[in-house]
Amino acid sequence: MAGRAQPVSRTLAVGGAPAALLLLLTLGTLGAVFLRARAMGSLGPADWAAVRFTLWQALLSASLSTLLAVPVARALARRSFPGRGLLIALLGAPFILPVIVAVMGLLAVFGRAGVLNAGLGALGLPAVSIYGLQGVVLAHVFFNLPLATRLLVQAWLDIPAERFRLAASLGMGPSEVARFLERPMLRSALPGIFLAIFLICLTSFAVALTLGGGPRATTVELAIYQAFRFDFDLGRAAMLGLLQVALCLAASVVAIGVAAPSAFGAGLDRRVARWDASSRWLKAQDATILLLTAGFLLLPLAMITLRGLPALPGLPGPVWAASLRSLLVALASATLTLLLALPMALAIARARPAPARTLEALAMLPLATSPLVLGTGLFLLLRPYADPATLALPVTAAANATLALPFALRILLPAARTCEADFGRLADSLDLRGLARLRLLTLPRLTRPLRFAGGLAAALSMGDLGVIALFADPETATLPLQLYRLMAAYRMADAAGAAVLLLGLSFALFWIIDRGGHPNAGS
Amino acid sequence: MRKSLMIAGLLSVAAPFSAVAQDKPVLTIYTYDSFVSEWGPGPAVEAAFEADCGCDVQFVGSGDGAALLARLLIEGKDSPADIVLGIDTNLTAEAAASGLFAPHAQALALDLPVAWSDPLFLPYDWGYFAFVYDKTKTATVPADFEALAASDLKIVIEDPRSSTPGLGLLLWVKQAYGERAAEVWSALADNIVTVTPGWSEAYGLFLSGEADAVLSYTTSPAYHLIAESDDSKAAMDFSEGHYLQVEVAGKLAGSDQPELADRFLAFMTTDAFQSVIPETNWMYPAKTPEAGLPEGFGTLVTPSKALIYDAEDARAIRDEALAEWQAALSQ
Repeated sequence: MAGRAQPVSRTLAVGGAPAALLLLLTLGTLGAVFLRARAMGSLGPADWAAVRFTLWQALLSASLSTLLAVPVARALARRSFPGRGLLIALLGAPFILPVIVAVMGLLAVFGRAGVLNAGLGALGLPAVSIYGLQGVVLAHVFFNLPLATRLLVQAWLDIPAERFRLAASLGMGPSEVARFLERPMLRSALPGIFLAIFLICLTSFAVALTLGGGPRATTVELAIYQAFRFDFDLGRAAMLGLLQVALCLAASVVAIGVAAPSAFGAGLDRRVARWDASSRWLKAQDATILLLTAGFLLLPLAMITLRGLPALPGLPGPVWAASLRSLLVALASATLTLLLALPMALAIARARPAPARTLEALAMLPLATSPLVLGTGLFLLLRPYADPATLALPVTAAANATLALPFALRILLPAARTCEADFGRLADSLDLRGLARLRLLTLPRLTRPLRFAGGLAAALSMGDLGVIALFADPETATLPLQLYRLMAAYRMADAAGAAVLLLGLSFALFWIIDRGGHPNAGS
Repeated sequence: MRKSLMIAGLLSVAAPFSAVAQDKPVLTIYTYDSFVSEWGPGPAVEAAFEADCGCDVQFVGSGDGAALLARLLIEGKDSPADIVLGIDTNLTAEAAASGLFAPHAQALALDLPVAWSDPLFLPYDWGYFAFVYDKTKTATVPADFEALAASDLKIVIEDPRSSTPGLGLLLWVKQAYGERAAEVWSALADNIVTVTPGWSEAYGLFLSGEADAVLSYTTSPAYHLIAESDDSKAAMDFSEGHYLQVEVAGKLAGSDQPELADRFLAFMTTDAFQSVIPETNWMYPAKTPEAGLPEGFGTLVTPSKALIYDAEDARAIRDEALAEWQAALSQ
């Protein structure tokens, strides 16, 4: 062990630099808001009601998203069919949409004037209402089920093919495979996925407000909005921001504590063949699950596309200029995300349990950081040194990278851990370290998750309105901001066209970086 | 290599205009985002003022009126802004209390439906809040809030905590009904489909058929008429009167270009500025241009009574009105 002490501490140091940046952008910005506030804020009963609603809807949304993702990911992992790669890639699309676009797509299907109610009406059945807690949860599942599925498919495919061979040669049926292979894998992967989704839903603002139906659906993020711009009370905004961070850390500690590492050992990267799942009944079951999921996720996207397509060719020039800007920001943000996430993932994989857990919990912080607090804090921090407007795009890229970091880490971490467990000792004994280790061991083993993480980070950045709205001047608008500007100028048809452009570009970027979502790229 | 190209590209798109007009004095105007967008009044106003001021106008957009004021309050005395343009009368008391503004010293020859005497803030446009509906779909149009509440019409409104029209509606009901405001909100609760974060979301929901009417302005139908040749939209005319939104600009006491700022405020009520307003901001100009309003504005509903709280009263009453609203809609 003494021989390993040095490389471990060095990896920790390398992983510590991104962690420090992350702390600056999350707790640092919160601190800046606190410092600027003249008095400490206090929280009233309305705030605690907001906390209760926020926790409840986040719990429901995250539970449903992760539970539903299990059968979907299992079906995707054990079946191969034409168009599977495209389906997996398309499943990522809801996650990268700007909120308002996704909400409009959901309403086109589930709204009062949506396809579903038109169908129910034609059959003489009573209409269903999307507005209320059910709508909030539905939208969060729409956003996050794809993410959960994609992460789980990855985890399923990380079970070495040899284990399934062994299971088959021992004559194991589906229930034994579930017990000995799939459940241990889920025990290790699900808590992290649940946590990520729970935290995303914790800072929900526009979804909860638009679909929530009224002030009953007040979230903590809306309370922060109110503090900033109705009460002009920075102290209360900062207190609420701190509360979000506390909730995030508490949830992280629980989730990371529940997760138990699976121990499948190394494999030879053979193609997985699933003899256990060849019965006709299981095939029909998987087909039904996939059809339902694809319908739920793709129908709203199809409606967005149908509505926007006619306006696409005639979109005004500034929208195209903004697209180029958004693409550049997305590429910069994706690069930065990987530069931050890879060292952190390696550090966590190599560190002893206690510092590893701390780093892992810290890496979740951006998810629970209010975008409004982050933007305001950044503004306060940068203002003494430079005009925030001239830094709008670099700042946006950096903020987007920070927000994508937790996802990138979730994607990289399992693979980094497996790589370290399976090949770490061998590499140590060969004295393989530094860049050589990165080139010969780490990068080849992590290609698949790195591409996925990069694609996701780029696409997330494309669709994010985030901090740009606080910084932009007329010359630095990104595509999501132009979309909002079109809406604010009554140009809803053009806005729908811009939404299709945004969807198309985000998806293309994701597809190219992730290389067609090839989950079997290693084989 | 690729990365350095990317950074160069980033920098070139980030600061394309910072080198222009270095020797000219710069007038920095803080405003809301939709004012500076390509489809708002910003570009035409900037070109018209720069034509003979010998200066460089720089608009800085952030969110809406409330976000704008929040930013200014955070920056305080060392804000680089010379002028703030785009807060409404529901926010001016807060802005005045900050002590950051200087008197505008302009003559007040305006065409507003109410008298104006604020020494700090000068209006540039105004509009009546109203519920906009589709004439081809709604046959019986309610004539006041109580008729609306009694009808089975579905409406979308904006949240007063995150939207200035939402705050306007809150004060509209409060001024029209006073003690009975909470009762009116309770009666309206089953008409409200949902409450959105801002105007854009609400209007988008209305146009996609999610509601029969939306809280917007009496001038909204003019957009559809003029830009889309669609005369199907109209505003409901309420007998209680309609709450006014008056949008104003003010000069900052800490401005390093006080003369230029005065010149801009004087320019603001001239035809060159005012004639841009109707068809970009889709509001009434504060001073009707010589050539009159665009055709199409003549067809709009003109409320019989204009409601508006004094800036100080609006500030004093809004917390109480918000609490009533929240309680009534949370049941």
